[in-house]
Amino acid sequence: MVITEMSPVERARELLDRVVDPDIPFLTISDIAILRAVEIDDAGTVTVTITPTYSGCPAMATITSDIHSVLADGGFDDVAVETAYTPAWTTEWMSDEAKRKLAENRIAPPDSVLSVVPEVLCPLCTSDEIRTVSQFGSTACKSLMVCTRCGEPFDYFKAI
Amino acid sequence: MSTVTPQTALATYIVRHADDNVVIGQRLAEYVSRAPELEEDLAVSNLALDHIGVADHLFTYAAKIEGGDCTGDDLAMFRAERQYTNLLLVEQPHHGFGDVMVRQFLFDAYQLPLWGTLSDSTDDTIAGIAQRAARESTYHLRHSSGWVIRLGDGTDESHERMQTAVDGMWRFTGELVEADDLDRQMAAEGVGVDPSTLRDAWESTVDAVLEEATLTRPSDPFQTSGGRSGMHTEHLGPMLAEMQWLQRANPGLSW
Repeated sequence: MVITEMSPVERARELLDRVVDPDIPFLTISDIAILRAVEIDDAGTVTVTITPTYSGCPAMATITSDIHSVLADGGFDDVAVETAYTPAWTTEWMSDEAKRKLAENRIAPPDSVLSVVPEVLCPLCTSDEIRTVSQFGSTACKSLMVCTRCGEPFDYFKAI
Repeated sequence: MSTVTPQTALATYIVRHADDNVVIGQRLAEYVSRAPELEEDLAVSNLALDHIGVADHLFTYAAKIEGGDCTGDDLAMFRAERQYTNLLLVEQPHHGFGDVMVRQFLFDAYQLPLWGTLSDSTDDTIAGIAQRAARESTYHLRHSSGWVIRLGDGTDESHERMQTAVDGMWRFTGELVEADDLDRQMAAEGVGVDPSTLRDAWESTVDAVLEEATLTRPSDPFQTSGGRSGMHTEHLGPMLAEMQWLQRANPGLSW
């Protein structure tokens, strides 16, 4: 049996898969494309590059501290978390897997454009008869919708 | 704590935009829990978060340019009224929901084209912050203009209140599209934008929404400016006192 040892970068990446968005705990920072790069230099310093989602997203501070703690647990003590502003984060980077997980958790995944009436389906009964209750919902990234067929109120992850 | 007055032209330019956002963010935060319905409370707090978030990114970047011990928080919390360079419009107080939405609308109509132009800045960090803010601003303007129309073209009382709000804030709008030497220098370097080039976009948004809202565009030509050089209305000082007292009483305090 051949055991291929993971490279330090792969190991760091695997550890980072434990870091989730605290507001949407079933999505990892890699699902949501907040995690942009992981590099380890010759001195062993791990540089994790993340990109902020919404400008005022309060989860970024928690995410940064979680990155430090999961990497420290895995033996990486020298860690720098850098913020990259360009290119600006967009919901278009979200993986299909992330969108599937959102729908599974009854949060309608983002549409592709900043439409006034987003083309979303009710995550409960899949009806397209929906209405926006408020463009601003429980967190910076969501708006509040309601299905006019089954009456289910639900969150929509806004396209940005 | 090191010097908190930005020294370089680039940092000074970034700080003026940060100031606009932290001040309107603080004004919006004052209104949280006072909105007419729960959904609007959420909306107002989300707007505040977006603006304060943009301010945080810009202050942090300006502090990095300044170097030394200066932090983004120092720039927000340890500069006095005369060192703040925000536009006068954003510091104006509100007496009700109509004022909050009119102030927001007049500012959103300026910020959307501002961020659109800054998205092409030759400074990568400014461009990145602006690209994200432009998309957020799209949502802000959609929300504020929706309320201006709904309340302007609403009942006699809501119409009157909205017209009073527009009339009261109008004299601070000329400053939105007024350029000074720093704006022109930054625009010439491809880093910033000359606000006078935003006038057409601002006017066309404002005129269209006011018309649909059955509100009258004020005809009084009197305009006040001075925010960019630290000459503020009487309202900024008390607002900063409320915003800064905790840090000033307990410097360096964090969560």
